[in-house]
Amino acid sequence: MRELFAKTALQGQKPLTQAGVTLSEEVLGAITSVACFPGKRDLVAAQLGGFPTPNRREGNLLWTGPEQAFLLGAAPDLTGLAATTDQTGGWAALRLVGAVDPVLARLFPIDPRTLTEGACLRTPLGHMNAVLTRDGQGVLILVFRSMARTAWDEIAHVMAMLQAREGIAG
Amino acid sequence: MRLTCPLCGDRDRREFYYAGTEDTLSRPGPEAAPEAWDDMLYLRTNPAGVTRDLWYHEAGCGLWLVVTRNTVTHEVLATEGVADRKGAPK
Repeated sequence: MRELFAKTALQGQKPLTQAGVTLSEEVLGAITSVACFPGKRDLVAAQLGGFPTPNRREGNLLWTGPEQAFLLGAAPDLTGLAATTDQTGGWAALRLVGAVDPVLARLFPIDPRTLTEGACLRTPLGHMNAVLTRDGQGVLILVFRSMARTAWDEIAHVMAMLQAREGIAG
Repeated sequence: MRLTCPLCGDRDRREFYYAGTEDTLSRPGPEAAPEAWDDMLYLRTNPAGVTRDLWYHEAGCGLWLVVTRNTVTHEVLATEGVADRKGAPK
């Protein structure tokens, strides 16, 4: 078989800067969903070097639901402890850097101030289920891969509107 | 309208899916009369006042909630995870 090219969700999309915010695609690599079996959370945590509490991120583990997290990077064998499913390529990640709070406030039904560094929330972007987390660099938004371009469009539209308002104010 | 998810805190109504009355959580026993099943499946009270119903945190953490609210004042009185109830199967 011929060698196939792996394409990212937004292959060829250049970063966009408007209203003091830069939007770009982030390539995360391997993603594994880890759903702990009942009562096995502590054993899973021992294997992974921790497990995030609700609405938090812990290292390369993003909280995605009760006793459930996304593990970024290589996954150890968790047979008997947790249900693991490969999510690599199933999700697209978008990175927002800069004055992101006004952008988030227009897109997500949460108060952006509650999204502190290390927080990881499940909250929808429009009607798209998303994982929203903030780290030292900025904000990372995970959406279903099939929704990557729609999510990009929604965010870019909000950035353009904020840019337009800046023009009026200035 | 806002609902307090036991895990996620105060969240907007649009994150939740309404799944009807709390009655559907309690099924009649295997020996129950047909009337009991009829009651559970079809007969609904429609109270003006305090009611308890099921909501699913669909666009959030995926938790099922029992929400106590008042249909007259629109006040949300309490929320509880379905799995956290006393005697809930683990």
